[in-house]
Amino acid sequence: MELSARERRMLDGAEGEAVRRALAYQVEVGRFFGARRLVPVTNAHMMGDIEVLGDAGLGFLREMQALGARARIPITTNARCVDFAWADRLGQDPGECAKERQVIATLQAMDILTTDTCINYQTLYQPHLGERVAWGDTGTCIYANSVFGARTNFESGPAALAAAITGRTPEYGFHLEAHRRGSFLVDLSGATLGDLADWGAVGRIVGESHQSYYAVPVFIGLRRPPLADELKHLGCALASYGSMGMFHMVGVTPEAPSVEAAFGGAVPEGAERMAVDDAAIEAVYRGYDLGEGDARLVVFSGPQLSLFEIKHLSALFAGRRVARGTSVFVTSSNGVLSAARKLGYLAPLEEAGVAVLEGVCFYILQNLSPMREREGWRNMVSNSAKIVNIIGAHRFRTILRRTADCVEIACTGALR
Amino acid sequence: MSAPLHVIRLDRAFGPVVEGEALVSEEGFSPRYDLDRWSGLITKPGHRLEGMSIKDRICFFPTAKGGIAAGWAFNDIRAKGIAPRAFCFGVTNPVMVQGAILAGIPITEGWSEDPRAVLRTGDWVRVDPARREVELLRRAP
Repeated sequence: MELSARERRMLDGAEGEAVRRALAYQVEVGRFFGARRLVPVTNAHMMGDIEVLGDAGLGFLREMQALGARARIPITTNARCVDFAWADRLGQDPGECAKERQVIATLQAMDILTTDTCINYQTLYQPHLGERVAWGDTGTCIYANSVFGARTNFESGPAALAAAITGRTPEYGFHLEAHRRGSFLVDLSGATLGDLADWGAVGRIVGESHQSYYAVPVFIGLRRPPLADELKHLGCALASYGSMGMFHMVGVTPEAPSVEAAFGGAVPEGAERMAVDDAAIEAVYRGYDLGEGDARLVVFSGPQLSLFEIKHLSALFAGRRVARGTSVFVTSSNGVLSAARKLGYLAPLEEAGVAVLEGVCFYILQNLSPMREREGWRNMVSNSAKIVNIIGAHRFRTILRRTADCVEIACTGALR
Repeated sequence: MSAPLHVIRLDRAFGPVVEGEALVSEEGFSPRYDLDRWSGLITKPGHRLEGMSIKDRICFFPTAKGGIAAGWAFNDIRAKGIAPRAFCFGVTNPVMVQGAILAGIPITEGWSEDPRAVLRTGDWVRVDPARREVELLRRAP
């Protein structure tokens, strides 16, 4: 790897041991991918909560902080595993909650903004075309690359932290033009796409059949301009089912003014074409095993909800009650929930018996497996295709349903 | 030392030389989606390896799934003593690599032939990242 004079000094420890370690780690990652150099980044976004860190991760953060680690560019945090206002009610472990507070304090001591949201791209920072960032949570990456035309790889917690400490990241993957070109066409002209869950279903169909970080679908045939929340659910599902980091949507995303441009000049001969239509999306909904029809858990989370999603949900739950024995969870960020409270959208949810959690995502909640066993939850119903995929290790049977259907299931206790 | 029974060439690799029992998967992997990070067992219902442990194995996965969690999770499972000896992926993503390098677990990507055609779970293999090779040393009994 070609390092600048300053980077060589950093590697020699001239800017402290924390910087030396962070840069050495980045060089090792870059070497794996054949990166030629490091490139400057303007913003980072990291995952760091005790559920995924474990004691080893907390120890790592404390050591870096003690070594003088400090963010030199703005860095924000992803959703975490504890909403302290709910921890007791959810039966979360007090010891782990105390460690979560240590995680937060340690991050703040390194000048990290503990914003606790996985929708930073909707609520915190919108990079411009070509801007290089280092973002983690795959949903944030695919949105940055695709919708903003910014450049990032999936940067996991330690990688995003290293980028914030050095102000750089190795140049590989989606930092390079070659990887940003489309690789296959997806025709959506036969799809109505009337609900967020339909967009997630498209992401599942396309992602599951093309699992590769470097597969870049090019969507064509949209019947109308998509909304940000729709692109969010599509991107999160593509990243989750396909491990994908980028998509193009012709006439919508900035690097796809035309089909040809999306493929980097010309559509390659023999490029794969697939279509996703209403029938394919209906088949996704029909394909879930409902087990014994348990309808005691309905979740709106993963990704956190935007203000517009909360407003919609608030209207659907207004004047209704969650069925006896059923639990409903909504999660979002402090910013969204503060605005929703002020605008009167939370009261109908809370009056209906919905649990509104702040700064967390349902699937990473500390103690989720014991919580599932204690509550006897077998199924989890959600309008998010991502969370339906991602929560598997906790042994839930998961079912994707449209938003209004989820509300109906929640209020009737009947799963169809 | 006898010659290996078979050699698979690798495209990219990190870490020291390790030997161990192969765990060969038909399905991709994510520590978040598929793994119980307290026991080392694959617990996602319906995963092709459901109920099997990755501890001390050399894991062959065709693809990586998801997910940003591997960045911390590999370091966590290594500290808990339930990490595999190496991860060998057909296609991986940066998170798996970032996580494995942080944890010091050997990781490789790309192979000259599909391990599913050559190796069986339980075979004894050696991963040599510097030479970018996987060697089949002994067949499973």
